[in-house]
Amino acid sequence: MQLTLGKFFVKDIQFADQSSYKDGVVYVSKKELAAYLMEDDTIKAVDFDIARPGESVRIVPVKDIIQPRYKVEGPGQVFPGFVGDVETVGEGVTHVLEDCCVATSGHIVAFQEGIIDMSGLGAQYNSFSKMCILVPLIEPVEGLGKHNHEATVRVAGLKTAAYLASLTKGQTPDESETFTVEPTTELGKFHPDLPKIVYVYMIQTQGLMHDSYVYGLNGKGMVSTIVSPLEILDGAVVSGNCAAPGHKNATIHHQCNPVILDMLRRHGKDLCFAGVILTNESAMLTDKKRGAYYASNLAKLLGADGAVITEEGGGNPETDLMLNCKHLENKGIKTVLITDEYAGRDGASQGLADVTAEADCVVTNGNGNQFVRLPKMDEVIGDLETVKVITGGSSTAIDEKDGSVSVEIAAIMGSCCELGYEKMTTKLR
Amino acid sequence: MAKRVVHYINQFYAGIGGEEKADQTPILKKGEVVGPGQALQALWKDDVEIIATIVCGDSYFADNQDAALATILGWMEELKPDALVAGPAFNAGRYGLACGTLCDAVAAKLQIPVVTAMYKENPGTEMFHKTVYILETGISATSMRQTAPKMAAFVKKLLAGEPIGFPEEEGYFPQGYRVNVFTEKNGAERGVDLLLKKLKGEPFETELPMPVFDRVAPAPAIADIQHAKIALVTSGGIVPTGNPDRIESANASKFGKYDISGVEDLTGEQFITVHGGYDPVYALEDPDRVLPLDAVRELEKEGKIGSLFNYFYATVGNTTAVSRAEKYGEAIAQDMLKNGVQGAILTST
Repeated sequence: MQLTLGKFFVKDIQFADQSSYKDGVVYVSKKELAAYLMEDDTIKAVDFDIARPGESVRIVPVKDIIQPRYKVEGPGQVFPGFVGDVETVGEGVTHVLEDCCVATSGHIVAFQEGIIDMSGLGAQYNSFSKMCILVPLIEPVEGLGKHNHEATVRVAGLKTAAYLASLTKGQTPDESETFTVEPTTELGKFHPDLPKIVYVYMIQTQGLMHDSYVYGLNGKGMVSTIVSPLEILDGAVVSGNCAAPGHKNATIHHQCNPVILDMLRRHGKDLCFAGVILTNESAMLTDKKRGAYYASNLAKLLGADGAVITEEGGGNPETDLMLNCKHLENKGIKTVLITDEYAGRDGASQGLADVTAEADCVVTNGNGNQFVRLPKMDEVIGDLETVKVITGGSSTAIDEKDGSVSVEIAAIMGSCCELGYEKMTTKLR
Repeated sequence: MAKRVVHYINQFYAGIGGEEKADQTPILKKGEVVGPGQALQALWKDDVEIIATIVCGDSYFADNQDAALATILGWMEELKPDALVAGPAFNAGRYGLACGTLCDAVAAKLQIPVVTAMYKENPGTEMFHKTVYILETGISATSMRQTAPKMAAFVKKLLAGEPIGFPEEEGYFPQGYRVNVFTEKNGAERGVDLLLKKLKGEPFETELPMPVFDRVAPAPAIADIQHAKIALVTSGGIVPTGNPDRIESANASKFGKYDISGVEDLTGEQFITVHGGYDPVYALEDPDRVLPLDAVRELEKEGKIGSLFNYFYATVGNTTAVSRAEKYGEAIAQDMLKNGVQGAILTST
């Protein structure tokens, strides 16, 4: 199986009468895009804004972030089950707008939407501040209810992302990267001397808007399963998750899953990437146990020597993380865990809600409780008042005198992403 | 102008004597540089000056800690130095404890930098590494040659107000604070690197050693539940409408105690959730789903419990640090004891 990502490096996004893509600039017709999104009758109104790297702009509340991708060859379409049909994806050619993303905003859905700062201290805490961002501001129809509101914004974000990338149809990418995945049964023959490593990919699916979707289906209630890493790159997993912004996996984190990309690039060199095991994080203990037992069973069936496990969210998902680690290690499969911590503002507290002795090899992506004062921005896209209620914020977050915003970095989108998307860790001092 | 430092040593390093002189009472040697202080002074040259050396016998300090501290703190207040340096104590247990105790007390009282140095297994290290910079030494005085330059440089840095680096750069024992730092590789690449090392049997260093949890043994069952007073506690953020204590939606800095006398059923008008970690729709519809007051009232009526305590306790457990939760737990338990509560039902989300 082969998938080529045809990459277009975006230098700017501009509004125009007609949508198009030319020489690194995405031209967006508000009217055309709004008409496409308004096909969904749960949207009352939609407007758009643009944020660019280095600008004095703060976007809040951000619900999801999506990278524009569109399939120009091969079966299916990106975000199967939402934009594309449910046909299996992961083969052919997919166009990608690099250095560019869609960040959905508008009326806050829950407490769990986050901040993107395009400059200043906050810009250091995620990669999105370095991208050109199109922000759809979505106003739902009255009386929609939170769950339908979430679904409406989720789908609008995915549609916007596919729409933007589709503008490159017929054009030649600036750069292409091709990934090849061999059939599982051939791996031992092709790479007899390399360690076989599987990726145990935990997705948060706890209901109550802490959900992730696989081919359009809520992963809640799913038995752990095997997918091709290339399917993930085509958006087979998308986020509907309203968990803490600092460590929920937004859709862009799934599309550009750094564990998958790193292992695909190292496959055949210093490791043999033996597959992705998708497993969920339920709120119920029996489900957690079933998911972890079955993920380790699949790893064993695949003949894995090692496993990378990533977490999403925190608190009770730590039980899923530790159970996965324990069962894999008990089956002789060595593990590394990728997580983050909530160690208190001073960093002196225990940072995880559950532990197991087998977890001797752990990567942390930072302490989400770190308290930062973000300078005032000239422009706010969205509604600054929401920092008073989002996770990591507080009723006293806004300094009325100087306009600065003081929050824990848990409030910043993807700051401690547990897929290891950013370049941060903690050190003991 | 040179910075002014006081140096603390024991009777042995002051040349007074060994164990037989360990009951030596505190001595203030103004303007004198004694024993290991000479090595430090030589390194500091004119930048830092030892303005006095304080000597005390190890046994005297251990057996008369309050008196020894009172005397020495009195001198320190008169001398008003810029910093205190104690030891190094190497693996001498009582000496290490004296250095740690004194540094801790001086830092608290005079708010000046304090530094000591000792061996990792010295009991003083375990007791004081969280509050005092303790530089690591070898097991015995033979490591003085390596220790003195490290100590001299570290004290100079502190006195100059320069930022202090990480333990592995500066040589002090970690004080237990995890701080965020940026890295060259992303977390995923670091993870794959670590796993490959582990698979090859090479040494690898975890970024997050597993914390040791307090395992709380469950209290014995309540023998006479039909006469027991039961309280409700939740980390699910149920509070009276308006959130009178302004409990935060995440990493809560407080808990609240709220009157429910006469309340039979929680309604979305009187009570809300301020928890930022879950979908609030169902809790707002009926707060009993998180704080099961209606069910407990029924048990009360049926005589299955003695009574329900007139107040409930609530905080928000969303990304709330364990150290804070521990504090609230202790305070809530104390308050329950004071009010004759025999049992509690804890609900989380």
